[in-house]
Amino acid sequence: MIDHSVNRNAAFEPAPVLPRDVFNERLIARVHPAQWRNPEPLPRYNLVVIGAGTAGLTCAAAVAGLGGKVALIERNLMGGDCLNVGCVPSKILVRSARVLADMRSAEDFGVRIPAGIEADFEWAMERLRRLRARIGQHDSAARFKELGVDVWFGDARFSAHDAVEVGGVTLRFAKAVIATGASAMAPDIQGLAETGFLTNETVFNLTQRPRRLLVIGGGPLGCELAQAFRRLGSEVSIIHRNPQFLPQEEREATQLLAQAFQRDGIQLHLNTEVQRVERRAEGKTLHLLKEAKLTTVDGDEIFVGAGRAPNVKGLNLEVAGVDYDEEKGVHVDDYLRTSNPLIYAAGDVCLTTQYTHMAEATARIVVQNALFKGRKKLSALVVPWCTFTDPEIAHVGLYVRQAHMQKIPVRTYTVPMNDVDRAITDGEEVGFVKIHVRAGSDKIIGATLVGRHAGEMVNEITLAMVAGIGLKTIGEVIHSYPTQAEAIRRAADAYNKTRLTPFLKRLAARWLTWARR
Amino acid sequence: MSIDGGAEAELDAIQREAFAYFVALANPDNGMIPDGTREDSPASIATIGLGLSAYVVGVHRGYMSRAEAVQRTLATLRFFANSEHGEAPDATGHKGFYYHFLDMRSGQRTGDCELSLIDSGILFAGMLTAAAYFDADVLEEREIRERADALYARADFCWALDGGKSLAMGWKPECGFLNYDWDGYTEAMILLVLGLGAPIYTLPDRAYSAWTASYQWENLYGHEFLFAGPLFIHQFSHLWIDFRGIRDPFMQAMGSDYFENSRRATYAQRDYAIRNPGGFLGYGARCFGTTAGEGPGEKKHRVEGVEKQFVGYVARGTPYGPDDGTISPWVTLASLPFAPEIVLPTLAHLREHFPETTHERAFLRSFNPSVPGHGRSGWIAPELIGLELGPLVLMIENYRSGFLWQLMRSSPPLLRGLRKAGFRGGWL
Repeated sequence: MIDHSVNRNAAFEPAPVLPRDVFNERLIARVHPAQWRNPEPLPRYNLVVIGAGTAGLTCAAAVAGLGGKVALIERNLMGGDCLNVGCVPSKILVRSARVLADMRSAEDFGVRIPAGIEADFEWAMERLRRLRARIGQHDSAARFKELGVDVWFGDARFSAHDAVEVGGVTLRFAKAVIATGASAMAPDIQGLAETGFLTNETVFNLTQRPRRLLVIGGGPLGCELAQAFRRLGSEVSIIHRNPQFLPQEEREATQLLAQAFQRDGIQLHLNTEVQRVERRAEGKTLHLLKEAKLTTVDGDEIFVGAGRAPNVKGLNLEVAGVDYDEEKGVHVDDYLRTSNPLIYAAGDVCLTTQYTHMAEATARIVVQNALFKGRKKLSALVVPWCTFTDPEIAHVGLYVRQAHMQKIPVRTYTVPMNDVDRAITDGEEVGFVKIHVRAGSDKIIGATLVGRHAGEMVNEITLAMVAGIGLKTIGEVIHSYPTQAEAIRRAADAYNKTRLTPFLKRLAARWLTWARR
Repeated sequence: MSIDGGAEAELDAIQREAFAYFVALANPDNGMIPDGTREDSPASIATIGLGLSAYVVGVHRGYMSRAEAVQRTLATLRFFANSEHGEAPDATGHKGFYYHFLDMRSGQRTGDCELSLIDSGILFAGMLTAAAYFDADVLEEREIRERADALYARADFCWALDGGKSLAMGWKPECGFLNYDWDGYTEAMILLVLGLGAPIYTLPDRAYSAWTASYQWENLYGHEFLFAGPLFIHQFSHLWIDFRGIRDPFMQAMGSDYFENSRRATYAQRDYAIRNPGGFLGYGARCFGTTAGEGPGEKKHRVEGVEKQFVGYVARGTPYGPDDGTISPWVTLASLPFAPEIVLPTLAHLREHFPETTHERAFLRSFNPSVPGHGRSGWIAPELIGLELGPLVLMIENYRSGFLWQLMRSSPPLLRGLRKAGFRGGWL
């Protein structure tokens, strides 16, 4: 008889989490305990979940909470990218950077500051590790075991259309969900691999601040970390092949971001290709090409934030009859079902919009559709997102361009943050609220918000869109004064003013004239 | 339209001053006109296009004889017809378009500048203005018409799509097409209209729908309009096209037209100046005008105790910036046809409060009262720029008489282009 009680996946080593200090040991003890004993398998599970990132954890907790039998398989760290190498550590670092930025502008607020403010990078990174380990408690193996989830560590491989093998043990399932996420993908640049580079999977292991950081890629992660490292004291150059950062976002939003980068002292190389990378005695050199002009830029470390690849290798998807490709990942329909009707997918492994909240939302759809014959659709989701730069850039729903393509007539109600009292009092005037409405109605079809707290503010718009609340009603909602979210109500006020047609205005004037008699 | 006598005289003086640039600094042998008054300034093809239009206005106003205008125009057209054309890096143009900056003497490409679509469009607009105006049945004026039509006709707008839906912004022999396209509301509408009206390499209809695909109709400060930040965007195509009452499908849907749109954009700029979120000196209801152009340069300076960052050449815009307090009176005046009731009062205000801007032709330059320099006016742009003076000549004329608009209403390329873009109604 095989002893199922130990992790038999000895060949697999978790990704290095460095340094091995008390905080990282604490994290690992929670999300990949060394002495973890895999449970006895049940004859059949309601749901087998492959991958214990956000999507997998959400599925597992939901099914266990409803009394189902669920197996959760993770080969690396529970919590996935979000906890270990994504949202959580990056936001901790962004916060330290924001404190420094605030201190540097403190004199504008009447606060005298001592000369020579500088970052304590080592302490900032220790804070990162400490808080990450603390938040890791929520995603820990022990907690999920307590919730009633069978937690397995090891490599999962489909062995049949209704079975998965992990550590030599076969787990049979009524339904399964693939939630293996995605990994950082290095662009094919000559010399990059030989020279060495950081990705989101390694950058949070740093303990010493790179004096000069070269960031390849102006997507969300590249932008967030470029600004954070600059504010923490690194000399930062960011190289992006497109003419604007965050290419999908509205032009005005990315222009404001570029202006903020310039104020921070980041060297911008837009519309620029990295031709090759070279290691030199004094550091690492990127050879850049822009409109036929060759230049170089030097640094001590390279951070690559360009592109991610779905984790589909080694899953034996062919055996399970699951269609996939290495670029787009697992193919799913609008109900998140794969080509095998017993198997679903959720999160980054099957999505183009790769956000933690999207992973969580798709996991909820999978639980309903896979186990309760639900008919929830991916396309029905209203998904906000935010890039946590300063200013933050948040969006929900359609962009105007998309609306035009769908032949939806759009009107946009715009409030610059420099016209909002609380933004002025806070000295946080950069940004705007733009709410897109279907012309002839108050139905919100999308919004872009740029500002210091745009990520918080976009939730009000998302709520309105999901609940079918239009701008007219938002205008009737009392917003506490003074708050920056008042910008949203101001946009609603602007809408309501457009309802006052010349006829109604004349009517009102006549009424008021009569009322004076 | 009736204009107060004092204002008429002042406008005439400004128009004449601006016009003088295109005469005094042009190379009469080849028609090259410098980008600006700085030493060794190259010629700018956009400035040449504005110059060709200005000569027509000059004849109309009596600033220049018809014979002199014909000679200058012919010199320009003959140069472009005979100049080197092709992929050589020092040619004047390629595929019927021209490099942004040309050598004042040889007319060859300077430096590594791009083959510029929008600047070529402005050049063609100037050529077609000349073709429309010089209508006499005499040899030289016939040659103007024939050469202008031929030069415009050889521009390969289809090539400039680079296989896509939108016109590329430019091309270089060293790297091919630039990684930027013309989409969204910008000054390039005149380019689109000319491309759609081109007789040989006609842009397909989808080029216009691609152009409008990212149009954004916004309600800002209570004004509803098709948004663009820098004010010049709302003016450049209007130098030649009378948009009053004619509407494309977008404007039909919005119940407006591009003329009304520019009027509202001008009001939005004024309202931004009243708010003055950057806390710069000078801004107000009678002192506004934020656009692309030179600035005081990269420097920091305290304004009423608060440190501000200033910049050099940049596309300034409202309300998102960049804004460093630089005011461009030329762009305010170029909005005269749209909103004279708020533009004309800026003249007296500038004279009274910023007298330095009216000395020695300085009124034609941008200034920044927040940066120390010339008295209360602060920094004043050190050079005159053709691209800023041309709109003054043309838009003051459109305000005073509507002459250019009336003239271009009968320009076949513009008529074809506007109709192909879906414009209907009004004078069309």
